[in-house]
Amino acid sequence: MKKKKIKAILQGIVIALICAVDVYPLLWMVSASFKQQSEWTSKPAYALNEGFHFQNYIDAWTRGHMATFFMNSLLCTLIALVFIVLFACTVGFATTKMQWKGREFVSKFFSLGIMVPVATALIPLFQIFNQLNLLNTRFCLIITYIAFGLSLSIYLVQGYLRSLPDELLEASVIDGCGIYRMMWLVVTPLMKNAIVTVLVLQFFFKWNDLLFSMTFISDSALKTVQTGLLYFQDEFGSKNWGAIFASVSMSVLPMLVLYTILNKKVMEGMTAGAVKG
Amino acid sequence: MKKVLGNKKAVALFVLPALIIYAIFVMLPVLWSFYYSLYSGSPGLKWEFVGLKNYSRLLVDKNFIKALTVNLKYISVVTIGQVSLGLALALMFKFWLRRCKSFVRTLIFFPVVLPTVAVGQLFNKIYEIQPNYGLLNSFLEGIGLEQLVQPWLGQSSTALWCLCIMDIWVAMGFYSVIFYGALLNIPDDIIEAARIDGSGSWNMFRRILLPLLRPMVVTCFVFSFSGTVKMFESALALTKGGPAGSTKSLSMYMYDVSFTYGKVGYGSVIAIVIFLICIVGSFLINRFDTKD
Repeated sequence: MKKKKIKAILQGIVIALICAVDVYPLLWMVSASFKQQSEWTSKPAYALNEGFHFQNYIDAWTRGHMATFFMNSLLCTLIALVFIVLFACTVGFATTKMQWKGREFVSKFFSLGIMVPVATALIPLFQIFNQLNLLNTRFCLIITYIAFGLSLSIYLVQGYLRSLPDELLEASVIDGCGIYRMMWLVVTPLMKNAIVTVLVLQFFFKWNDLLFSMTFISDSALKTVQTGLLYFQDEFGSKNWGAIFASVSMSVLPMLVLYTILNKKVMEGMTAGAVKG
Repeated sequence: MKKVLGNKKAVALFVLPALIIYAIFVMLPVLWSFYYSLYSGSPGLKWEFVGLKNYSRLLVDKNFIKALTVNLKYISVVTIGQVSLGLALALMFKFWLRRCKSFVRTLIFFPVVLPTVAVGQLFNKIYEIQPNYGLLNSFLEGIGLEQLVQPWLGQSSTALWCLCIMDIWVAMGFYSVIFYGALLNIPDDIIEAARIDGSGSWNMFRRILLPLLRPMVVTCFVFSFSGTVKMFESALALTKGGPAGSTKSLSMYMYDVSFTYGKVGYGSVIAIVIFLICIVGSFLINRFDTKD
């Protein structure tokens, strides 16, 4: 009995250690974001902050242009998300429940995109936008976000729709629904779960995008949070750790908030892509 | 019923806009890459047809070979690390953890949702040595291991390892949640029966759990593989490919060649190589699933 207890305690310690390894760097980051410049030289890096030096955040937000970057990221991500969800639902519905020639082919065609590495399309995309004079616009970023979000989202929506009983659709037809009202009033409410999954997954993908935004956008008034962060150090100098940590903490905050509110949904959404893709 | 669901106009309205965007901005560029790969220079500037010369050039390009080796090393270390640690964590949650299961899972999953660039910047400061010691070095100094203090990201021998550790740290929670879900699907009677038959932990894992989890292990390997082939964001954010190209991946090399040096044709060849590695690799890993 005693042996069992010791074992349980040891197991608990191992798990606690793993949790610590997971969380400690983040706590350190937040604590570091409140440190004054002098604390870095006078104390070891693992020491806690002495006071709350909010000036770091103010610096990052204004002088570091984090306000602009946030606005840009938010605009591009949200607009892209609206269209991704809309298209995923309509295409998903048309390819699983509606009857027409070529729907298998279209469905296969969309699923091909799941495997395409972003890097492979990057050079021609850059040339296309360059020819059309669309580089350095939000439009080119949004349209690529939409295009690259479609494959996986459609795939996920199709999975949900296949398990939707046809009788429901039949009943709505008998009740006199046309196709558009059926889509909007019957099917969409039933797909709420699928829509949330797609939203969560694509939000993280788009918000975290770096490759597209650093390739297509060089104008610093249009940069997104990720590109902004990448060059933050160049603008602020490598010595201003406080402001760097403040900006990194800030960029993490939306994720933190979203995750605490919706953690089950976020886990489901993020892993759906792996389990089904 | 048939009439409503066979409405051609509605199908066109539902499918066409997305189809057009997808065809123009995803599929067309991929095909276009193949066309580009047969030319040298960049469009409008010394744009010449060279046939397969770009491809043969790969074999003698030292930078390419280096990026390929770095990328392959990174793929093998990170996929194995992510999947095996994920599996180990899931097993711990299942068999060791009695209380606060969902709390611990929530904590472990948290790094997954962080933006890659933010994680890169954070770890950059953890490994830092100049202008002041970062977290790791100051810890080492604090516990009296000064001789281990070193520029972790500043030397080729450690930079790639530091990058791998960061990416494993980020994703292990992700895989543990997936494996935990799969473990919950295994009926308790099977595990109970094995225990009554006197099977030890290791035997239980090898003979019962692993075979049952195999499809999930394969899925996770494919997912982790296709993520690591693309190796770009995290390496750029942590080390910018340095020092001396020791963390420069294929994608980063492609980016340099085509955007910094303006050799669009040659860059496209590298893009195609990335594409092929991705397809072939996933195909090979998937074969483990079917044979039995």
